[in-house]
Amino acid sequence: MRRQHFFLARGRFWVGMLPWAWMLLFFALPFALILKVSLSTPELAIPPYLPPFVMEPGDVLPHLRPDFASYRRLHDELLALGTPGADLQYLAAWGNSLLLAALTTLLCLLIGYPFAYHIARSREAARNTLLMLVMLPFWTSFLLRVYAWMVLLDSSELGLINRVLLAAGLVDAPLQLLYNQGAVLVGMVYSYLPFMVLPLYANLVKLDPQLLEAAADLGARPWTTFLRVTLPLSRRGIVAGSMLVFIPAVGEFVIPDLLGGGDVLMIGRKIWEDFGPNQDWPMAAAVAVTMVLVLIAPIVLLHRHGRADGRTDGRSGEAG
Amino acid sequence: MMSARVRPGATVWLLAVYAFLYVPILCLIAFSFTAGEITTQFDGFSLRWYGELLRDDELVDAVLLSLRVGAFAATAAVVVGSAAAFVLARFGRYPGSAAFAGMTTAPMVMPEVVIGLSLVLLFTHPLFTFLGGRGVAAIWAAHTTLCTAYVTVLVQSRLREMDRSLEEAALDLGCPPFKVFFVITVPVIAPALVAGWLLAFTLSMDDFVLAAMLSDPGSTTLPVLVFARLHHGLKPEINALATVIVALVSLAVVVANRAMLSAQRKRAAALRHAAGISPTGVPNVTLGSPDIRR
Amino acid sequence: MDQAGEKGAANRRAYLRIEGVTKRFDDTLAVDEVSLEIGEREIFALLGSSGCGKTTLLRMLAGLETPDAGRIVLDGENLAEVPAHRRPTNMMFQSYALFPHMTVEANVAFGLWQERPRLTRAEVEARVAEMLDLVQMQRYARRKPHELSGGQQQRVALARSLAKEPKLLLLDEPLAALDKKIRQRTQLELVNLIERVGVTCILVTHDQEEAMTMAGRIGVMNEGRLLQVGTPGEIYETPDCRFTAEFIGEANLFHGRVADGALAGADFPAAIVLPPEAGLAEGDEAWVSVRPERVSLSRAGAASAGVSEPADCNAATGEVADIAYLGSHSVYHVRLANGRIVIASVPSVHWGDAPPPTWGDVLRVAWFAPDGVVLTR
Repeated sequence: MRRQHFFLARGRFWVGMLPWAWMLLFFALPFALILKVSLSTPELAIPPYLPPFVMEPGDVLPHLRPDFASYRRLHDELLALGTPGADLQYLAAWGNSLLLAALTTLLCLLIGYPFAYHIARSREAARNTLLMLVMLPFWTSFLLRVYAWMVLLDSSELGLINRVLLAAGLVDAPLQLLYNQGAVLVGMVYSYLPFMVLPLYANLVKLDPQLLEAAADLGARPWTTFLRVTLPLSRRGIVAGSMLVFIPAVGEFVIPDLLGGGDVLMIGRKIWEDFGPNQDWPMAAAVAVTMVLVLIAPIVLLHRHGRADGRTDGRSGEAG
Repeated sequence: MMSARVRPGATVWLLAVYAFLYVPILCLIAFSFTAGEITTQFDGFSLRWYGELLRDDELVDAVLLSLRVGAFAATAAVVVGSAAAFVLARFGRYPGSAAFAGMTTAPMVMPEVVIGLSLVLLFTHPLFTFLGGRGVAAIWAAHTTLCTAYVTVLVQSRLREMDRSLEEAALDLGCPPFKVFFVITVPVIAPALVAGWLLAFTLSMDDFVLAAMLSDPGSTTLPVLVFARLHHGLKPEINALATVIVALVSLAVVVANRAMLSAQRKRAAALRHAAGISPTGVPNVTLGSPDIRR
Repeated sequence: MDQAGEKGAANRRAYLRIEGVTKRFDDTLAVDEVSLEIGEREIFALLGSSGCGKTTLLRMLAGLETPDAGRIVLDGENLAEVPAHRRPTNMMFQSYALFPHMTVEANVAFGLWQERPRLTRAEVEARVAEMLDLVQMQRYARRKPHELSGGQQQRVALARSLAKEPKLLLLDEPLAALDKKIRQRTQLELVNLIERVGVTCILVTHDQEEAMTMAGRIGVMNEGRLLQVGTPGEIYETPDCRFTAEFIGEANLFHGRVADGALAGADFPAAIVLPPEAGLAEGDEAWVSVRPERVSLSRAGAASAGVSEPADCNAATGEVADIAYLGSHSVYHVRLANGRIVIASVPSVHWGDAPPPTWGDVLRVAWFAPDGVVLTR
């Protein structure tokens, strides 16, 4: 039923103003600036770019003179794809980011789905605690959790895993565990697993056990029941969890920086380098624009398939 | 029922994943009590590194700054986020409402590097020097923007769950509209406000990317400092820091969980009592009573 | 029911006047020019299925919706410009809307604290105690709403809406949230309590039994329009339209056109003898509604053996298609030769010592013309 807005009839405008103004100033405007700067020319100045607007004599308003050099650089790399010896650092970083993000998502799903399923099917009294134990690492420092893996994977004979392996006589010399793709992957799966488990759990816990009993009653074997009932009904949770892992993983830069060493290229790291050491802000902005463009599809998918908190998941229509 | 059966496979899987989640943290904690200098070698028990932690002025300053930024950002995010939640839950459709909905929740799904870069461009832009450039205020604004998205989602879903007739009943009983908001709406959504504040606070305390991009030399938050230290060689002092954080968070979570469970028990007991007196056993499902589980 | 009818007839001075009230939501007409007069101390029920506009009408009385057109006058005061929080009406919500963060006491006191000029603490406390006493909830004064059973919550909600001595008490599906068992008991309790307090009351319900038990008069609503207003007896015995006839209880409806003073149509094998003073002209379209308990059943062979039918009797034979045995009475579905089902309700003692008819038996259905109600819409 439609209802009137009783209170805030006059105050409504001001209540709306605050978040509108905040978001325009600190979200929309900065994004417009990214677009603008991506069309600017790098310059040794503060800030380190020349704006793409010029005022010529007789102009009332400045007119746009965009510098497409940053985008051309990305475009040239695309064209040079397959040419031996070509410098493809951005493209390589993109490829590696997408690959690592996809692998992270897949591993999180493979680990997280049975995990969330078993939590959701455990005794009601235990669920709370089990879920809390998933959340707990999530609430503690992200950097320190990555640091923990630096200690575990340390490639010298002092590294914890190496010490165990050496002591057990499984290897003769310490393995190179840190500063490679594998280390980054482990760190990302470790950090993002809760993002996968929580929406999956929220979805699976609402699955009516009677549906499974009905499937069994109709003669379906457990595996068939899972494939034909549980899995389709948890689609929303799978999509939400996967997107919640994939999207930040694409832009991740801390984990490759700490666990990946110099040669693990990722696109988030390229932005960071162009922004920091390289002082090429227009390039950083252009890469950020491409990143937003690439991520639009997964973000839309996430929005379509219910929110992360899973409140709307399968409540109406599907599960009912 | 499925849940009543013990399935060894399930138990093994749960244990394995929990081990994956906790072994790294437990290692960190264990080596925080070493007497030696090496983070992976136990040279006798000592609390040496906890002492070092306290004497490390740089680190203590960073912690204090992070706490301050976290508290301010969380508070601002609750204010802005609640207002945004109201707009989303109660204002219906108006021109621009879809854009607003997208804008408020986008920071949650945008990679932090992109948000960070965009805000750096804002704070360093010549036209926006009045914002004060990079520094603590910029970090606060960035964290507020990020956390607002989370608070908005929490408060909005609470508002949508809330029984609107509670507000109408107050109005019907003669309470003026403005007052209804403070005596009915705010108390009813209070759990979401508290949860939102806590979530925002932890997000801010934990954020490295935004803080690093927006910090100036005078504004080193804890994650920024820790990141720098991780690049400059590891000392068990960091382990001690991690142990302290894990201990504090666990304590907070356990206390919160206890409070929640006891409230649930009390409620259940009262209901049993009520049902015993009028032997109807009517479940009170229609009520807009606060769902303690959130 | 008859007793309730007498109650309604008394005090019919218009205390509340609703004049041509209309409310539109986007494209749908929720309430369509409803006019109604209600007397002081009357208990009036708005009855209709969900979405018929009854709740919207109630909410307009409370000031929670603004009518697009029409006037609402309560005790001589036009309520149009009075905002919800200043109206002398109080509502009991379907969900009860008890404030979850306040005790039972505080819930009941809430409205009293809003009174201007302010009441003293002693006055409020005394009134709260009186109200809790009225609904027998004193023992639970310090409880929070979620610690109460559904029936207890309902009583607190009632106490809260009566505390301010409203001129008009509005009940939105007052018992819908309760179990069927306690609902029936609570209906009478609620009526007794409202009558004891002596407040004018409008209740909204989709449950005809509830409306007939509780209200002196009933207004039947459908698609935003008020179709018929009357005592439960009037509404049931003399419906004035097909909707009311079918919505309240069950009815056999026969369609046809008037020819030679009787109703001719495919619905009934013979032309239907109309009740006297039906007021229909030759060729008019009309329906005859017959309640199942007005239809008499007999074994086909026995009755039709030469005994002449009375002139005002409508009769036909058919085969038993369905039987619902309901204890005190049974409902028979008899299929006539033309395929049409006639529903008849007969007391279980009707068949005496003989075995009752069973599926496939041929029975004669009949009713006396005056027992039918002629409907033209």
